[in-house]
Amino acid sequence: MKPFDYDRAKDATSASAAAAKGATIIAGGTNLLDLMKLEVMAPDRLIDITRLPLKEITRTSDGGVRIGALVSNSDLAADPTIRTNYAVLSRALLAGASGQLRNKATTGGNLCQRTRCYYFYDTDMPCNKRAPGSGCHALEGFNRIHAILGTSEACIATHPSDMAVALRALDAKIEIEGSGGSRTIGMEGFYRLPGDRPELDNTLQSGDVITAVMLPAPVTDARHVYRKVRDRASYAFALVSVAAVAQMDGDKIKEIALAFGGLAHMPWRDGAVEDLLRGERLTPAVLDAAADKLLADAKSFGGNDFKIPLARRTLKAVLREACTTGERT
Amino acid sequence: MKTALTINGTTYQLEADTRTTLLDALRNHLGLTGSKKGCDHGQCGACTVIVNGRRINSCLTLACMHDGDEITTIEGLGQPDAMSALQEAFVRHDGYQCGYCTPGQICSATAMLEEIKAGWPSNVSDDLGTDIRLTAAEISERMSGNLCRCAAYPNIVAAIAEVGGDKS
Repeated sequence: MKPFDYDRAKDATSASAAAAKGATIIAGGTNLLDLMKLEVMAPDRLIDITRLPLKEITRTSDGGVRIGALVSNSDLAADPTIRTNYAVLSRALLAGASGQLRNKATTGGNLCQRTRCYYFYDTDMPCNKRAPGSGCHALEGFNRIHAILGTSEACIATHPSDMAVALRALDAKIEIEGSGGSRTIGMEGFYRLPGDRPELDNTLQSGDVITAVMLPAPVTDARHVYRKVRDRASYAFALVSVAAVAQMDGDKIKEIALAFGGLAHMPWRDGAVEDLLRGERLTPAVLDAAADKLLADAKSFGGNDFKIPLARRTLKAVLREACTTGERT
Repeated sequence: MKTALTINGTTYQLEADTRTTLLDALRNHLGLTGSKKGCDHGQCGACTVIVNGRRINSCLTLACMHDGDEITTIEGLGQPDAMSALQEAFVRHDGYQCGYCTPGQICSATAMLEEIKAGWPSNVSDDLGTDIRLTAAEISERMSGNLCRCAAYPNIVAAIAEVGGDKS
């Protein structure tokens, strides 16, 4: 690990000011310290925000929930309101990492975790995300875990978070303290595709500090499902995951939100798939049409060819479950 | 960087480089070698300690971030002449072969049983209610952050089930 200076932030404003001057924010540190040990990241200065008062989960005036950025993944998954009204979020959190990591990892940090692409982690290899312009060896290398949607010539990495997939389906918003004051960004605008700037995981600006995640009022009488397909039963990243929140009208879908993990540089959501499903019964033809729509532009790279049929099957299974036996809110 | 750490009830004044992980502070600076360094990347769980009541990977956190925190290591859970219930159960059930992962397993299991008492659900819980049954599947899922390369898992699960069963 490279040497660094360490300071504790007094408040979010001072953390933002330090970050604007180049300091790297540390909270749970479970991903950042791992990357620092490998010298994939080598900050000169860490600003520790763990003592800021951002650990509360509170109801908002619009019937939603405000989750402080420092609420641990464990506390968020176990929170009675989250379990009861946002089951897909509890399930996604519980599907991620290990008990020890969930105790340390924070809500804000989870959103900011980096890809687990092997080439990003290996400093002997080129990687456009770690060293812009050096190339991407995943394109023709080991790419079993890589993206099939929204990829670019520069990068085929996936975003590793389960929590973010559920937040995308729940239309969460991110509250940010930045150089120009506070603002919120919807999950739809928080992440980005790699394009020719894969070094940027998200749209945060220099000096931005995530202070909270806001959930809208819960969807009433909905069924929630989070299904994660991975190489072992526990403590592994998703190959494909699907978060679903469905409202039924008899045997027809009234409303549905679907978000996907393991497929892209960001949690993937496709409004056209949801439009196609709205008002429909889940016949085999409708299931096929939804999967066709989702994967119309899918592109695989050899090692991850299996992800296209796997995403197809997982979507169908989740739709069947979401419309019948998913956890009810 | 000066840091005050309360470990197993004793307060230590640590003077160490900012890069020092909590694990390295325990082992190299304070002589508490019960916590083990396996992977040093949060994957194996051999370094598991309990900080302010929560189990964490001590290799993935900086000592300087824990100023004032209460830390419990395997040395604080019991000693050969006064073992904790889990330590006794691991001996009785032969919950190890080489023993390298054992301190982490026991620290992890100690805190994990408290998580169950608090009604925390897991990925294998049938529903998100608070009535958790301590099945083998629940124990395996909740202990998946602790690897045992000798694969003593059946005996580890049996030891935890016995103690967890007695508690509930």
